[in-house]
Amino acid sequence: MSILVYIEQDQGKIKSSSLEAVSYAAALSEKSGDKVNVLGCGTIEDADWNQLGKAGADAIYHVADERLNSGVIQAHAHIIAQVFAKVDASILVLAKSALGDAVASRLAIKLNAGLVSNVVGLPDMNAGFVVKRSIFTGKAFVETAIPAENKILAIKKNTQPIKTDGEEVSVESLTVDLPESVFAARITEVEKASGEVLLPEADIVVSGGRGLNGPENWGMIEGLAEVLQAARGCSKPVSDLGWRPHHEHVGQTGVKVAPSLYIAIAISGAIQHLAGVNGSRNIVVINKDPEAPFFKAADYGIVGDAFDIVPKLTEAIKALK
Amino acid sequence: MNILVCITHVPDTTSKIRFTEGNTQLDKTGVQFIIGPYDDYALARAVELKEQTGGTITVLNVGEAETEPTLRKALAIGADEAIRVNAFPKDAHFVAQQIAARAKEKSYDLILMGRESIDFNGGMVHGMVGEILGLPSISPVMKLELEGTKAKLAREIEGGKEFIEVGLPFIAGCQEPIAEWKIPNMRGIMSARSKPLQVVDPVEADTRTETKTYELPAPKAEVKIVGSVDELVQLLKNEAKVL
Ligand SMILES: Cc1cc2nc3c(=O)[nH]c(=O)nc-3n(C[C@H](O)[C@H](O)[C@H](O)COP(=O)(O)OP(=O)(O)OC[C@H]3O[C@@H](n4cnc5c(N)ncnc54)[C@H](O)[C@@H]3O)c2cc1C
Repeated sequence: MSILVYIEQDQGKIKSSSLEAVSYAAALSEKSGDKVNVLGCGTIEDADWNQLGKAGADAIYHVADERLNSGVIQAHAHIIAQVFAKVDASILVLAKSALGDAVASRLAIKLNAGLVSNVVGLPDMNAGFVVKRSIFTGKAFVETAIPAENKILAIKKNTQPIKTDGEEVSVESLTVDLPESVFAARITEVEKASGEVLLPEADIVVSGGRGLNGPENWGMIEGLAEVLQAARGCSKPVSDLGWRPHHEHVGQTGVKVAPSLYIAIAISGAIQHLAGVNGSRNIVVINKDPEAPFFKAADYGIVGDAFDIVPKLTEAIKALK
Repeated sequence: MNILVCITHVPDTTSKIRFTEGNTQLDKTGVQFIIGPYDDYALARAVELKEQTGGTITVLNVGEAETEPTLRKALAIGADEAIRVNAFPKDAHFVAQQIAARAKEKSYDLILMGRESIDFNGGMVHGMVGEILGLPSISPVMKLELEGTKAKLAREIEGGKEFIEVGLPFIAGCQEPIAEWKIPNMRGIMSARSKPLQVVDPVEADTRTETKTYELPAPKAEVKIVGSVDELVQLLKNEAKVL
């Protein structure tokens, strides 16, 4: 028996959520003694591979096919199923993400596996196999048992610290036969800003709300995000109004973030927005209304005008660095 | 064009979540149930597509009798018929098998649902249904246009989107801005009463996971309101250690 971890890349770099998944598998293997196999698909920079050994991989496989650089869901699922069998795995670990969900769900059927998503801790293996997962968009948790022989765990961001003291492992190249049928849904174009910090992956998020009055005022949000090397987020009305692209929309109906620091600027803190940020370790709220509900969910708050505070904050952080 | 729209019956997004029976059941007292917001987008898009191409919209829920008002609401929004698979939705795998079994009975050109439910947030049912039926499954879909027997989609990815072309039929997990939520009008509500709502028995299906005990997150510590930017930066650096 062994564990297989499926990792994702973004523009050639291994995603930090995937390094978390490898670290999670390594911690699991300390309990179970299972070998940790890692599978990466598509183009991944040479220098990035050594992070996997450090994070706890015992063996690394790479399917280099360039078609796998994008989200060809069925092709990814097809390859993972084959490698799962090859390494005689019984547990598949991956990061919870748009692609992770889409792929894991198909694999649950292919592998006859019990699948748990949004896992927030290591399994309890004293009586069966029980993991805790986040539900009700972060408002609760539930212990979930997986009696099925094969198991799939989709790990929520910020569950496992990334391990960096493992040993170097060499990468084995695999060729997997891919039938045309797995490309039936054909990707014709990808639209993506390059060099941006990805919102669901980000360690710091700077987010702006309707109180900023218009897209022309986003310069100061960008300025603050830049000094912090943060991703940018926004509230739903901001993306509904087209001030910011939809993939920046945070909340119940948008992206769920789990950074170390979430800075909410001129966002009121409606319950649906909070549902997307309750996984954050620290929340800072900047709002001119002392009664804004967001303050109740915050760790730190400043009452005042964002147009005054944000530029000062950017300067203060710059001075610190 | 026959469209199957699968909907969940979930607590309203403003609900206070509590548990009962020794933390093994959701406490439904005072909780208002709605069509899952993502499923609501799927339904809204189905109604728009039907306006373009004609056909029927079948709305499906796997749930006990309590979910019927939610199905009626979907009929009021514009679905033509409803099916309730009379079973407690035990886990994603169980639900996916029920949906796949209904889908095999009638040939649907398109199967739409939300990208995830807002109770268990699994985001797994669309892919499972796709794999069981041997059809492509795509999620999260933020744009869906039909062109004859093909569809053009946009799928949201981290930091952008992918544009996809796929032949019918397929399964899509939907999210905004695929369509705007539709509010049922008086005529819709009246006609929903006479539209067919069929109750069927579940097919034999296994579960692969078991939910045990629920728990609420630890209460959050009191917020620290600071008077100046410098004070904030010091706290973030020395106390929170995030700078
Ligand atoms: C089913 C459903 C799902 C939803 N999903 C989401 C979701 O995923 N994400 C989401 O965000 N919302 C969601 N919403 C909408 C949500 O209910 C709120 O309407 C929305 O979050 C409000 O956005 P906002 O805080 O930016 O705007 P507002 O509520 O308008 O708040 C603006 C805030 O800015 C402050 N402000 C104004 N000017 C300044 C200034 N100069 N300096 C400092 N502060 C200032 C004001 O005091 C106010 O608190 C959903 C709603 C529903 C019904």
